[in-house]
Parts: sequence; C-alpha cells; structure tokens
Amino acid sequence: MIKSTKNWFENGTPWVWLNAGAVSICLIMVLGLLALIAVRGLGQFWPGNLLEATYTETDGSQIRIIGEVIESQQTPREQLVKLGYRIPGDSELVERQLLKIGNRDHYGLDFRWVIVPSLSDLQHPSELIAMERHEWGNFYGRILALREGDKTVVEGEASWHELEQRLTRKHQIEEQIKEIEKHEIGSINYAMERLRLKRRGLELEGVTGPEAFAEIERQRDQFNAEYELLNAKLAGLYQQINRDSVLTRTAEGTEVIIPLAKIVRVYRPNQMGVLHKSAHYISKLGEFIFDDPREANTEGGIFPAIFGTVLMVLLMTVFVTPFGVVAAVYLREYAKQGPMIRIIRIAVNNLAGVPSVVYGVFGLGFFVYFLGSNIDQLFYPAALPAPTFGTPGLLWSSLTLAILTVPVVIVATEEGLARIPSAIREGSLALGATRAETLWRTVLPMATPAMMTGLILAVARAAGEVAPLMMVGVVKLAPSLGIDANFPFLHLDRKFMHLGFHIYDVGFQSPNVEAARPLVYATALLLVVIIVALNITAIRIRNQLREKYNATSH
Amino acid sequence: MLHPIDSQQAGNTEDVQQSLDIEPAEEDLSNESAMTDKQQSHSLNFSGLRDNKLSQTEEVREALRVEKLNLFYANDQALKDISMSIPEKQVTAFIGPSGCGKSTLLRCFNRMNDLIDTVRIEGSITMHGKNIYDKSVNVADLRRNIGMVFQRPNPFPKSIYENVAYGLRLQGIKSRRTLDEVVERSLRAAALWDEVKDRLNESAMGLSGGQQQRLVIARAVAIEPEVLLLDEPASALDPISTLKIEELIFQLKSDYTIVIVTHNMQQAARVSDQTAFMYMGDLIEFGNTRDIFTNPKKKQTEDYITGRYG
Repeated sequence: MIKSTKNWFENGTPWVWLNAGAVSICLIMVLGLLALIAVRGLGQFWPGNLLEATYTETDGSQIRIIGEVIESQQTPREQLVKLGYRIPGDSELVERQLLKIGNRDHYGLDFRWVIVPSLSDLQHPSELIAMERHEWGNFYGRILALREGDKTVVEGEASWHELEQRLTRKHQIEEQIKEIEKHEIGSINYAMERLRLKRRGLELEGVTGPEAFAEIERQRDQFNAEYELLNAKLAGLYQQINRDSVLTRTAEGTEVIIPLAKIVRVYRPNQMGVLHKSAHYISKLGEFIFDDPREANTEGGIFPAIFGTVLMVLLMTVFVTPFGVVAAVYLREYAKQGPMIRIIRIAVNNLAGVPSVVYGVFGLGFFVYFLGSNIDQLFYPAALPAPTFGTPGLLWSSLTLAILTVPVVIVATEEGLARIPSAIREGSLALGATRAETLWRTVLPMATPAMMTGLILAVARAAGEVAPLMMVGVVKLAPSLGIDANFPFLHLDRKFMHLGFHIYDVGFQSPNVEAARPLVYATALLLVVIIVALNITAIRIRNQLREKYNATSH
Repeated sequence: MLHPIDSQQAGNTEDVQQSLDIEPAEEDLSNESAMTDKQQSHSLNFSGLRDNKLSQTEEVREALRVEKLNLFYANDQALKDISMSIPEKQVTAFIGPSGCGKSTLLRCFNRMNDLIDTVRIEGSITMHGKNIYDKSVNVADLRRNIGMVFQRPNPFPKSIYENVAYGLRLQGIKSRRTLDEVVERSLRAAALWDEVKDRLNESAMGLSGGQQQRLVIARAVAIEPEVLLLDEPASALDPISTLKIEELIFQLKSDYTIVIVTHNMQQAARVSDQTAFMYMGDLIEFGNTRDIFTNPKKKQTEDYITGRYG
C-alpha cells in the first residue's frame, strides 16, 4: 500500500491530477458565471402568469392584489414574527414571495414581498391584462372599455380586440412621430445650430452689416419654415395618437383611464400558450437589444449603449494600432539595444499595471481640459463659451483607452518582431532592400498576427473598462448616437452610452432596485457577448494572417 | 577540437603526398577527379561535373580585391590582415575549421557585417577599382550587385513567384511581363522551373529544403548580380539536394563570380577553381584548388586537408 502510494507520487500522477483539477475549476467557474448571468438576465423577458388574490396585511386589513411571482424563498417563522408579521399555520419555514404588482403610479412601489400563508382566494383569471407603459412601469388589472375622446366605443370582452387593433394604429403613428422628431427635426436643429455658429464666427471676425448675414438669414428662414411645417404635421399626429384611451380597473377596483399613446404593449399572460409566450419573449429580447432605454434605463432597450461601446472600442483600435506598432518597431528594429531601451521597456510594461482610473484622471486633465479647450479656442471659437471638444466625449474616451491599452499592443508586437528569424531580414537586405523596405515588405506583414494578438487583448481590456470613461465621456443617457446622417456623420465630440457604465448605473443609481436587477445581469451578458464577438472576429482575422505568413513550418 | 599548430612553415611536399596517399604530383592532371575521389573514400562520383581547364587557361580578370582587411568584434579580432584577389567568373571556396572567419570574410563582401553594431573594419575591398567601404557607396546598390545565399534556406513567407520577384519589385519593376520573364529565367537558372512551374502562386514554405535553397538562389540570380556569395549553401541539405546545388554552382559560374564558404572539403574540391584556407582569422593559403589539395605549401593547410584537425 505504502509502496504503491509512493509509486503514485513518483510517476507524477498527482501533478497531472493537480493540473487537470485546476483547469476544471477554472472552466466550471467561467461556465458558472456565464450560466448565472444568462439565467438571471434572460429570465426577465419571459411573461409570467398573473395571479389575483386577497392578501391579509400585518394589521389585519385585507386587500386584493394582482401580481407576477418574481422570486420565492423559505424564511424561518421567527424571523418574520420578529418583523411583526402574523402568520397563520405553524410550520417552521414560511414561504415568502416577491410579487411584481405594477401600478407604480398607484402604489408608489411596483414590487412587494408577501407571505404565502396570508394569501387567500388565489386565482389566475384569464382576462387579466399586463400593460407596459412609457411611464410608471407596468399596469396590471382588467380592461373595461375602449374610449375615443370622451365617448365609449366598445365595452366588455370585445374591447380587448379593439384595443389590439388600435394599438397597431398607434404604433404606426408613433413611428411617424419618431421619424419626424428624431431625424427630420433633428437635422434641421443641427443645421440651424451650424448656421448660428457660422454667424457667430463671422461676427467674431468683425464682419458687420446686414448684407453679410443676408445669406445666413435667408437659410435660417428657410429652415424655420420647414420646421413650422413639420411642427404642424407633428401636432396633427399627436392629436391622432391621443384620440384613444382605455378604461381599466385595478385589483382594488379603482378605475383608471390610460391613453393609448402611453402604452407600449398589452398582453394577457394567463391566456398565452408556450408558443405565444415565446414569440413575446423574442420580441422583448429584440426590444432590449435594438431599442432606446425608457424610465431611467430600467425599461426598454440598451441599443445606444451597445452602439457606444462598439464605436468607442473600434475608434480605440484605430488609435492604438498605429501608435503601438510604430513604438514597438522603433524599440525592436531601430533603437540601439542598451540600458536606455531597457528602462523604456520596463516603463512600458509598468504602464500596463497602472489602475485604469488614473488614466481617466489623466484623460480629463490632459485631453479634455488642456487639449480640448485649446482646440475649442483655435477651431471652434464661435461656439464658446459652450465647449465643443473641451468637454468629455467620444474622441477623448477612445484616446484615453488607447493610452491605457498601448502597452499591451507594444509588448505583443515586440514579441512578434522578435520571433521573426533574422535570416528573413538578412535575406531581404541581401537582395538590396533598405531597412525600411525590409520592414514594410517582409517584417511587418509577418508580425501582423502578433499585432492582432495585441489588439485582441487591448479590445478585451478596453471594452470592460468603466472607471476612466466616467471621467472622459460616458453618460447615463445620450440624446444622440455617435454616428448619424448629419455631416460629418461621425461626431467625435458627442458623449455616449457604454454597456459597462450602464451596468453600474442601473445597478447602483437606479431608483427601482427590483426592476433594475435583472437588467444588470442582462446587460452584463450582452457586454460579455459583445466582447466575445469582437474577439472572435479579431482571432479569425489573425488566424487567416497566420496561415498566410507562416514562416516557421517547413 | 583543434590541435595547436606547431609551425608556420611551409609543409613538406613528401609529407603531403604520404598523408594524402595519392599518386605523385606529376600524375596526369587531366584525370581531375582522381584526387577528389581519393579524398572521399565513400564518395559519389562527380567526375562529370568538373571541367575547369578552360577557365584556368583563359586570362583571368579580377572581380574583388581584398587588401589588408582587419575586422574586430568589439575587441576581438576576427580577421587579420587578409589580402586576396577573387577572380571573375570562377568559383572561389573558403575552407577552414569553425570560427576561422570564413563566413565573416564572406559577409564583408556585401557589407552584411554592418548590421552588427560592434563590428569595426579596417582595410579595403575593391570592386571595379572602388572601395566598397567608401562612404559614398550605397549599401543597397552594393548588395544588389553582390547577391548572397545563406546557410539555411530563408525564403519569405510569400508565394514562389513573389519570392523570386522580390528583388525586382524593390527596384520598382511592376510590368507583369518583365516579372514573368525574369521569374521563369531565374527559376530555370536555378534548375527549379520544372518542379514548381505549376504552383508558382503557392507558398514557398511548402517546398522541400533543397528546393527552398534553389529558390533562394533563383531569388538572388533574379536581380542579376555580378558576384554570388554562398554561405555553406548545402550544409543543411541532404546528399541529393547537395548534389543538385553543386551542379547548379557549376552552371552558374559561367555568368557569375561565385564565392562559396564550405565546411565540406570534398565540396570545395569538387566545385571550386580557387581555394582559400583560413585558420583563426588568418588567410593561411590561397591558390588554385588543385594545388591546395594536392600540393599545399603550408603545413597547416596540409594538416587540415588530411583531417589532422578541424
């Protein structure tokens, strides 16, 4: 027995087990993390059934509630008794449920914990409706009648179908309103702002007299006329959209009139089959990915954050790649290797270890306050005192992250350059190439896979950074995206939304904790998915390059 | 291991003959393979390869002249007072034990040593009457004129075609027709055309070692240098590939001045017209290959050739 144990140790088996064990633990942790955020994040889009029940409060009064079960837990009886609950029955453990009761305009809160034994007369009536609204969160209750202006059009069960039809009409009008407000009026506002700046610029140059501004005035009048036209059209659309409203009743019997314009979608979860619910789920997921956020980011989608993250990371790669590659080429190919270069190399490596928030401070101090305000004075004097680049924005964020990630690119590129056999360089030089020609035609192409590796690491790091961005450009809610149809199309001075910051914002700054929690997970999942997608793209490009420039295999 | 050399005196001819165990020197020299065959007891027969007599009888012009060349790696002297004259359109071989400076000397001809920061060179190498170490010399032009093939095949990770066209593209030649012509001519000159003509656009890394080395020669020949430097071109190759390279050298010498460094004395004897024996940075003996191998004047040369050291 002892001998066989000794044998077991001597032939190295424990090491194999140790290593395999470490790998397994890593794998389990990664998969566990992904599974956790996936389950928590993706579950919220599923339409749960609504229950209706009578609930006995601690003071003995009874209320009727409608809600969706979000979470269930077993709690020791004593703990609840201490909190003042009176619990029927005598079991040691009592089930508590977190109900989403909606109607925030009515209750103030749209989530509450209830003690299951205090619920009585539990039902799942099929006519219950769940209504997502632009304001005040969900509404749960019953539909009584559909109204047009002050007149009741339909009553009873038939009003449901009428509601569905009129909602479709409302969505169409809403689309038109959005198109006009966001794009057409947005463009006019943008153009008028440019005109204003042009006029101000002329004034600063000392141009006076009405004839100098005649052209600008003429254009402004034209835009104003267009604006008036659109505004009139808009007013008409608003009138149309506000025509219908729906009369509803809450669980307690209060009757509420809800304008259709305020409704996002209505559904009756207790009547929906699995297929119907799946369709609903997919549409909710689509909304989450492709729509703008609502209600302080706790509802709706996160498309601007996705867009901002990807745009910022892409801009960062555009900045960091040439910068890092050129630095690495100098360090490896041109600089005379000596103590100075060694010190620089150590410094570069240490830069990678500086806390990212320090870069944020640097970005704010150097880029925003120093560079930005100087740029404003030089190139945008017309807009002053309102800053153009002298304020956090997309450009400064991507530059700050480029500085943050440049050590990674330098180190990876240097490694790649060092791996290229000197025979290749000599072969090129012996054919009469200069050093620069050798570099451009042979060495750099062969080093591209290594550069891509550096870039992959840089992207992974940059996409996850939040702290520095909070100082140099990220905001809770950006009114417009970094790219749009207005010249110059890419607006580097704009602020943007970012998934990482969105997680932080929703998780910590949200007024509605329970509503925000699943969004934190869902956003986190999306962030991981986007980083993985960016990385997979880069890795595929790298592998193709590697195949093309594989110099080591024979 | 190198044995210490006890003398700088000229070798005794009798000793040479005994140690070489060959026929007396007045033996018919037209039987030129006799010596080499004796040298390589396990040899392949390369007698058909050698036909040096013509070039030897013609008037020989000078391609490169080395005068009092000293080379230092920091404080270590690697070449000591080398003076020699490399004849045009002949094969000159440098032999000698490892570390004797033969590769270093070869790399002086196209200034490859410039790449090493610590190298310092004194003396001159003259080509067409001009010192190649003169300040006014454009190194890239010089290297275009003096091509080089290295010990290990070093094709670029590009297609076969692009490898050969590399030097031409550097010169700014873009015409597809010119490139096609030169690529074919060079590959033919390197005896590689028939093997690769159907896969010119495939990666050069897919070729065998011997093919890669011939490709590298084709690449060097494509820019039509005057001199071709070969640094142990067959040392990483198998015997068949070595044979092909040697055949190739023999063909190329009608157009190019070739300087070859080799560890393999049989190879030097087979392919070269002139042989230089170097030891510890000194040029010990330089002369007609046949004389060096059959009738060395210095004892060191004799000892090396007969395998007493090195």
